[in-house]
Amino acid sequence: MSAVSPTAAPRAEPGRMARMGYWLRGDPRAALSLAFLLLLVALALGARWIAPYSPIAQDIANSLAPMSPQHWLGTDDLGRDTFSRLVHGAPVTLYASLLAVAVATVLGVPTGLLAGYLGGWFDEVVGRIIDTLLSFPAIILAVAVTGALGIGLTNAMIAVGIVFSPQLARIVRMRTLVVKQELYVDAARCFGTPMPTILWRHVLPNTLQPVIVQITLLLAGALLAEASLSFLGLGVQPPQASWGAMLARAFQNIEVTPEQMYAPGFAILLTALAFNTLGESLRVLLDPTRKQL
Amino acid sequence: MSDAAAEAPGPRFWRLWRALRHNLLLRRLVQALPVLAFATFVVFGLLKLVPGDVAIALAGDNPSDARLAEIRHLYGLDRPFLVQYGSWLWHAVQGDLAKSLLSGESVRVSIGQSLPHTLLIVVMALVISVAVGVPLGMLAAARRGRWVDGLVMTIASLGVAVPNFWLAMVLIVGFALTLNWLPATGAVSFGVDPLDAMRHALLPALALAASGVAELSRQLRSSLVDMLSSQQVRTLHAKGLSPASILWKHGLRNVGTNLLTVIALLANRMLAATVVIEAVFAIPGTGSLIVNAVLTRDYPVVQGVVFVMVLMVIAINLVADILVGLVDPRLAR
Repeated sequence: MSAVSPTAAPRAEPGRMARMGYWLRGDPRAALSLAFLLLLVALALGARWIAPYSPIAQDIANSLAPMSPQHWLGTDDLGRDTFSRLVHGAPVTLYASLLAVAVATVLGVPTGLLAGYLGGWFDEVVGRIIDTLLSFPAIILAVAVTGALGIGLTNAMIAVGIVFSPQLARIVRMRTLVVKQELYVDAARCFGTPMPTILWRHVLPNTLQPVIVQITLLLAGALLAEASLSFLGLGVQPPQASWGAMLARAFQNIEVTPEQMYAPGFAILLTALAFNTLGESLRVLLDPTRKQL
Repeated sequence: MSDAAAEAPGPRFWRLWRALRHNLLLRRLVQALPVLAFATFVVFGLLKLVPGDVAIALAGDNPSDARLAEIRHLYGLDRPFLVQYGSWLWHAVQGDLAKSLLSGESVRVSIGQSLPHTLLIVVMALVISVAVGVPLGMLAAARRGRWVDGLVMTIASLGVAVPNFWLAMVLIVGFALTLNWLPATGAVSFGVDPLDAMRHALLPALALAASGVAELSRQLRSSLVDMLSSQQVRTLHAKGLSPASILWKHGLRNVGTNLLTVIALLANRMLAATVVIEAVFAIPGTGSLIVNAVLTRDYPVVQGVVFVMVLMVIAINLVADILVGLVDPRLAR
């Protein structure tokens, strides 16, 4: 977004890093969430070196083992090391969340921009479709769409992305309706700037703040959706590990080793919590009208 | 929600459309029809796009081309896409949701048998959410900035982030396997034994209610805080009203419309979340029905459940709109 023209984004610039440091010092919970997420990314990137065992190496003789120095979190019913599967589940889970949100962004943002900017019948039709998808039980639609696309993690997360896209489209559309009234947009139009350029250089940068907030919150939603779909057997396929799939496995042995479900469950809970906390903090940061709450 | 009525009059169709949109109930119904058509069309279309059709699944191993063609003809799969969809929709609006491809059972009957289980869970979860979430939200708003507020908001953050099916598993381990207070799985029909049915539905409802409690208390706190800092409340204070009566009498009434909207949203969301919760508790509800149908590619069942779910979402939103209109006539326009 370095191409933003000076008129489009009048900002005081006391240095990006300095402002970020100021924000994180003022909101320790956001700082903690950010640190946790960065740690998770590091874990995901280094999974191969951090995990002591292969996530799919079976050791039937040693199945459902309790916690021990060899197996920090015990083993599952096929004797696979739970800690290693948890670590290897991190990249799968992050990939799934990012994919879903990327699909939602690619579909939602341009649709919202065009609907808001063009108005008229196009806006009417898009608005109707957005209302439809928003009023629809998301996970049921995701289940149905996954069924149509074919079972598997990538398809499931594309489905989730499709289901999430109207949320972004709606936000972008509403911002665009405001921004397109601005003088600098009028000016650009009068100079004969082509519409795609106006949208890209003048409208889009000014819709970004609420979009960033929503994307952060959607990441949490996508994470929970991945877990749910993998739990149902519609997402990750065995033997690949994801936190939702691990819970599905743990659930089958819930009467024997209930402790197997705590690690992946807390992993999902904490990650979703971190995304949500960060999103809420960004919302307050980027929207001055909510600051006093 | 752009109001087209404010724009210049256009062709006759649009004038009619705008006139219809002026009446709340009619407007909602008119808006609901395209929603219903669009949602089922999308699902129908997606199911048709899949490589490899149902005929292959039905015909068993190594079917001949002739056998495949015969099956496709039998189920009407060889007709053009739009004809198939039109025929399905035509029957669906008359209450005929076709038959399951696998069991041959009428989809309407299957849904009729499974829906009560799902509805019982959702209704109980909603009741719990309101019963716990509303007092919590009010408490947090009244004690804004104190430790109670912080505690409630922390619980709410956890409630939003916790995967409901994991919470369900934790509840099973705690209340069913360890304490043996409640059944871990299964469902009892409400008509047969209401008390036992509710006992079976309690754990699933609790698992669903976590996010409901969180959402309600957050929204209620936020709108109450807005409201409590308004001029109107300052006047009430000056009149000498106690903070409690301001909160109960004036606070709740003023945020009532917000509350209704959130509850309707929760109802929709919980309806969807039963898909996972029912899998955990082995409840034969509509959630289980659609998941099994997706796994076996039994698309008339998928279609039927989607159709009924959309109908219910529309009904919930309609009821919420009417209630909001009753509580605050300004919003009904």
